[in-house]
Amino acid sequence: MVADTDVAANIEAPPRNTVGPIAWIRTNLLSSWSNALLTAIGLYLAYEAASTLIYWGLVSATFTGADGSVCTREGAGACWPFITAKFAQFMYGRYPEPQRWRVDLVYLLALAGLIPLMIPRVPGKFWNAIYVFAIFPIIAYILLVGGVFGLLHVDTALWGGLLVTLVVATVGIAGSFPLGILLALGRRSKMPIVRWVSVGFIEFVRGVPLITVLFMASVMLPLFLPPGVTFDKLLRALIGVALFSAAYLAEVIRGGLQAIPRGQFEAADALGLSYGKKMGLIILPQALKLVIPGIVNTFIGLFKDTSLVLIIGLFDLLGIVQLNNADSKWFSPTTAMTGYVFAGFVFWIFCFGMSRYSQLIERRLAAGERR
Amino acid sequence: MAVVTSDRGRRQTAPAQGNFLYRPEVRQVIYQTVLVVLLVALFYMLVHNTAANLRKQNIASGFAFIDRTAGFDVSQALIDYNSSMTYGRAFLVGLLNTLLVAGLGIVAATILGFVIGIARLSRNWLIARLSAVYVEVIRNVPLLLQLFFWYFAVLKALPPPRQSLSIPGGGFLNVRGLYLPTPIPEPGFEIVLCAILLGIAAAVAVYAWARRRQTLTGQQFPVLWTSLGLIVAMPFIVHILLGSPLVFEYPELKGFNFQGGMVLQPEFLALLLGLSIYTASFIAEIVRAGIQGVSKGQKEAALAIGLTQGQSLRLVVIPQAMRIIIPPLTSQFLNLTKNSSLAVAIGYPDLVSVWSGTVLNQTGQAVEVILVTMCVFLAISLITSAFMNWFNRRMALVER
Repeated sequence: MVADTDVAANIEAPPRNTVGPIAWIRTNLLSSWSNALLTAIGLYLAYEAASTLIYWGLVSATFTGADGSVCTREGAGACWPFITAKFAQFMYGRYPEPQRWRVDLVYLLALAGLIPLMIPRVPGKFWNAIYVFAIFPIIAYILLVGGVFGLLHVDTALWGGLLVTLVVATVGIAGSFPLGILLALGRRSKMPIVRWVSVGFIEFVRGVPLITVLFMASVMLPLFLPPGVTFDKLLRALIGVALFSAAYLAEVIRGGLQAIPRGQFEAADALGLSYGKKMGLIILPQALKLVIPGIVNTFIGLFKDTSLVLIIGLFDLLGIVQLNNADSKWFSPTTAMTGYVFAGFVFWIFCFGMSRYSQLIERRLAAGERR
Repeated sequence: MAVVTSDRGRRQTAPAQGNFLYRPEVRQVIYQTVLVVLLVALFYMLVHNTAANLRKQNIASGFAFIDRTAGFDVSQALIDYNSSMTYGRAFLVGLLNTLLVAGLGIVAATILGFVIGIARLSRNWLIARLSAVYVEVIRNVPLLLQLFFWYFAVLKALPPPRQSLSIPGGGFLNVRGLYLPTPIPEPGFEIVLCAILLGIAAAVAVYAWARRRQTLTGQQFPVLWTSLGLIVAMPFIVHILLGSPLVFEYPELKGFNFQGGMVLQPEFLALLLGLSIYTASFIAEIVRAGIQGVSKGQKEAALAIGLTQGQSLRLVVIPQAMRIIIPPLTSQFLNLTKNSSLAVAIGYPDLVSVWSGTVLNQTGQAVEVILVTMCVFLAISLITSAFMNWFNRRMALVER
């Protein structure tokens, strides 16, 4: 103890120029002439970007007004009253105003289920999952579509904005999950025909753009059905999106299956478990846990891709922004820019949040390997 | 392989007892038969329903429409095209436009992506942070939104031709697009082209010779500068000596629009910008992961044997990083090609826009048109991945 303090007392303070902010700047920004030049270029770029953004979004922006004429002056920046006026539309589309509490309630119920599910510390994950994956979808469907329990029926043609974006993304991923698992198992099956069919489907879908799949769902699906049977437009898009993401999900899950050591399969066989039990109780729980980050990434991709449904005439968030940008009442040179920046910001919040969450999970899953 | 043998071994030794249906090989046959029957039934139902629906709506089937007159114009065509030509010709025009934008986009995205990926690992804190911001902002916003942004909010908001923004070198940017000088070869330019080809051949020869000499004697030769001299400087001197047979035609403002030069349409520019900027953010991450994937010991060993920073990067780190980078890079190239189909949303006449858009609307033959579109993209995917697999095999570590 005494010796320790003696040593500590004798240690001299490090030279002034190797610690503190000055040293940090010297090593990280100005270590050489070329580095200093890079710093100068970086400072210039950062200044340009930040000043443009602040000037456009705050200094020269318009904050109040009843129509686009307030934003038409020379050098005007963002036209924020456009967003305020159209905010409800961007969120709900043409969902009837007195019924919008139902959408809010669905969001609330979703959050109530998702937040505890996403925080690893909260107990009761099993019942939580049952609620999120089995009970909530039924309640959400009843609330959103209506027509029972005295709820007014709301046609899906009236849905729009963020509501459609979220519905397409979540139903797409939920619908593609079972198919994705089946395809991944099929691709690794020893039965040749099952394998060929899975590989064929996966490679075909991954080889074509989503937009052709959506075109197929919107133009060809009605032809495939018996004459007289018609399909809701939103449902057609959902089928297309689900089939599309199933192929991508299958590849992610296959990665997880490949990462499970052979011993696990053999041990399950040795216990005499059937194929279904082996997969359901031993292999898939481990494999799916391994690929949670991959699944989240697929979901982020799908979330961004939902904007494509506007091409087949549905109004998701981007679609409704695009529609309102053309509103003659709000005509101004900066309306379109403001609309896109707003929509981009909303998309960004969701995607960035999800990617951060997946990184968190990744670190947690890797904790066991670190030791 | 091993799984199959062990499985087969078990099956052979298992006593053939119990229910016939419990034997795995019997079950496999049953499962697969059921699957085939279901698929055939589904296929039959689809074909049957489709045929019935088409009959009811009086839509013809088959590919006879390809030889019919298209009757619509396409705003950008790389080959000779006008509205009196056939649907087949329109298909080709669209396909070439898709390939053009995808090819240029791949080149631009790769360059930008590598620059940003390397910048993200820069020891300069500010540069690294700026690249990180670029990646996080761009890849978390939908591509379609970015395309709309470039097209409607940026390029369509440019001034009219009379107030064009001029670009150094004789170009102009306005709401109608980007006007650039056109190079026009005059007699004698073939000789310059020959000089370039000759230069490339000589550079390849010098490279091979320098490499052999280095293996034998250890002496190095400035291959890069020699090659640059052979490929760039030599043809340039020939060009000057011949009296500059390549002249440029500059765009000029005449009345309300520009005459002369060539014009890149705003649709094309927006698509190219959007695709390359978006894909570059993904490529940057791949490059970063690739460089980080090279073990630290390799970099330290390179510095320890006396290579400079640049040499260690060029000779040790990059070649090994490329092995990690190429496979995911391939899938980004394919993504870019597939994403070029979003052209339909901003009106660039690509394959999807011309063929699955206009032609489908005019003929109503959805099944044929969409199947052809899908097959084209599948073919592009397969060819690209075959090429990249070949390239990857060449780059891969040759082990014992």
